Amino acid sequence: MRIDGIPASPGYAEGPLFDLDQPPAAYQGKANATEERAALEAAIGKAVSRLAALVDAADGDAAGILEFHIAMLEDDALSGPAFASIGSGQPADAAWRAALDSEVAGYEASDQDYFRARAADLRDIRDQVLRAMGEDGEVATPQGAILYGEDIAPTRFLETDWSEGGGIALKRGSTASHVAMLARSRGVPMVVGLGATAGPLTGNALLDAEHGAIVFSPSPAEVETFRQSASSFADRQGAARTFLTEPAVTKAGTAVRVQVNIAYPSDVDGIDIATCDGVGLMRTEFLFGKTLPDEETQYHAYRKVLEWAGDKPVTIRTVDAGGDKPVPGFTVEETNPFLGLRGIRLSLARRDIFRVQIRALLRAAIHGNLKVMFPMIATSDEYSQAAALFVEAQGALAARGVAHRLPPLGIMVEVPSVALAPEAFADVAFFSIGSNDLTQYVMAAARDNAAVAHLNSVRHPAVLRLIAAVAAFGRDKGIPVSLCGDAGGDPAAIPALLEAGLRDLSVAPAQLAMAKAAIADVAV
Amino acid sequence: MSASAEATVLITHAVGLHARPSVKFTKLAKTFAAEVEVAVAANGPWFDAKSIVKVMAAKAPKGTLLHIRARGDGASKAVEALVGLVQRDFDEGADHARSA
Repeated sequence: MRIDGIPASPGYAEGPLFDLDQPPAAYQGKANATEERAALEAAIGKAVSRLAALVDAADGDAAGILEFHIAMLEDDALSGPAFASIGSGQPADAAWRAALDSEVAGYEASDQDYFRARAADLRDIRDQVLRAMGEDGEVATPQGAILYGEDIAPTRFLETDWSEGGGIALKRGSTASHVAMLARSRGVPMVVGLGATAGPLTGNALLDAEHGAIVFSPSPAEVETFRQSASSFADRQGAARTFLTEPAVTKAGTAVRVQVNIAYPSDVDGIDIATCDGVGLMRTEFLFGKTLPDEETQYHAYRKVLEWAGDKPVTIRTVDAGGDKPVPGFTVEETNPFLGLRGIRLSLARRDIFRVQIRALLRAAIHGNLKVMFPMIATSDEYSQAAALFVEAQGALAARGVAHRLPPLGIMVEVPSVALAPEAFADVAFFSIGSNDLTQYVMAAARDNAAVAHLNSVRHPAVLRLIAAVAAFGRDKGIPVSLCGDAGGDPAAIPALLEAGLRDLSVAPAQLAMAKAAIADVAV
Repeated sequence: MSASAEATVLITHAVGLHARPSVKFTKLAKTFAAEVEVAVAANGPWFDAKSIVKVMAAKAPKGTLLHIRARGDGASKAVEALVGLVQRDFDEGADHARSA
């Protein structure tokens, strides 16, 4: 039985199914209330120390979620009702479940999205303790298993040992979820959007996260086909590795620049600069994860990457908050955030915050080959305003005698207005096509919604035509054009992008080798 | 010890008094000996400011006028510190700055 879904992290996994939605191991009742109480206390303690261990390995928002869970578990007000029920004769597991279910119901009843979303946290907290209470106590998922269920909690992903393979298959889920990002960076195969139809939850299953499918109770023939695909994927990956250290060239001898996308300064630690042509996109939202970052924090983050890249270009995108990337204290709540105050719109509305980033960029520019681009530009006026702020800050730094340099300023092409009428932008230093947003705006299909994922294709003629138009405009005017969306690293999309005229792609570091291998196959 | 203090402060944080802001708020409240409570209306109900479960239950979104009151040792210092934390937007942008 085969069910199709959406690939969230490519790869193949064959192994036993592990039911993510199964109730935790049965709890063995104790002799009296005192022992029941002790069992609950011990389970809460175990859950807290497990979370505390995960916090050390997590960063940014993952750590924030875990710290919140710990604080809830350590609050007597959460466990109070459960201990009271134990006192009146209930077993510890039922008492805890009832107490937490009542909390969950409270959150689910809220009329606000944010509060309702916390119900998932309360369920996660409930289950962590129930699992700790189970007879074996240990919750570790078996190595090499395919984790199958509605959705997966980040804590579950973080505590699973992926060293022996395994994968994730979700009925719902999202390619934009936190776990999906973690899976891609660790090379864990993952498929989402498999739908409600459940296969038999016993025996082995086959997970094809290259095309997006899971096969339950596979026939010998299916297993054989699967293993061929898996080994072909592994071969391609292996072959790709030989491409890694070489410059990318098509079959016809056309040179293609391949840069990397990074989100954290530490991302570059694992990359050999010789394997890429620079950083095509450095996101800066991460800096805005915990607090609004001060100038020094930003300066050091940018400088680290610039020094790593040497004389190769590093394109840093000014903060692209809003949309699916809310930053409390900075972004605003909106009913339709993807069409709201995000990217450059937000930066121009909050100039106090934008100016801090601008100063940090101007100062860092002297340490390498910096280029700066603005996200979500829709009109040339926005570009002019942002560029003017750079010039203004440059004047102020010069007056104070602070070392700095004004980098080339370019724009993201992700709002269709820019791709349709690029002539308004003849004076920008470069274009970088953000294919994720461009596609979702052209196709009117959210990229984090599994139900419309089939519409969200960069290879739709409408999207490709816009990309080709921008590439042609750039060639005409001598303005460099690159692409930094997920499509750039997708072997299935690369031929179409090169045919559309692009010669400069920026991809996730993990996709570098495969992208170069795919380029070598194209006859452009 | 009959010291007591009370103040109101507007929550400007994007998601209100929730999750990570609540962690910070209750941690700070616990550093004071005084009994500290919060409410979203002047006439209550009042919630224990040192309990994250109770503070979360207050369900105070952005734009809420938060009432804070304290009784006992260091009551006014406690109220002042908590008001400051809320005014500084909990020293953060919290939950997630996801990249895409």
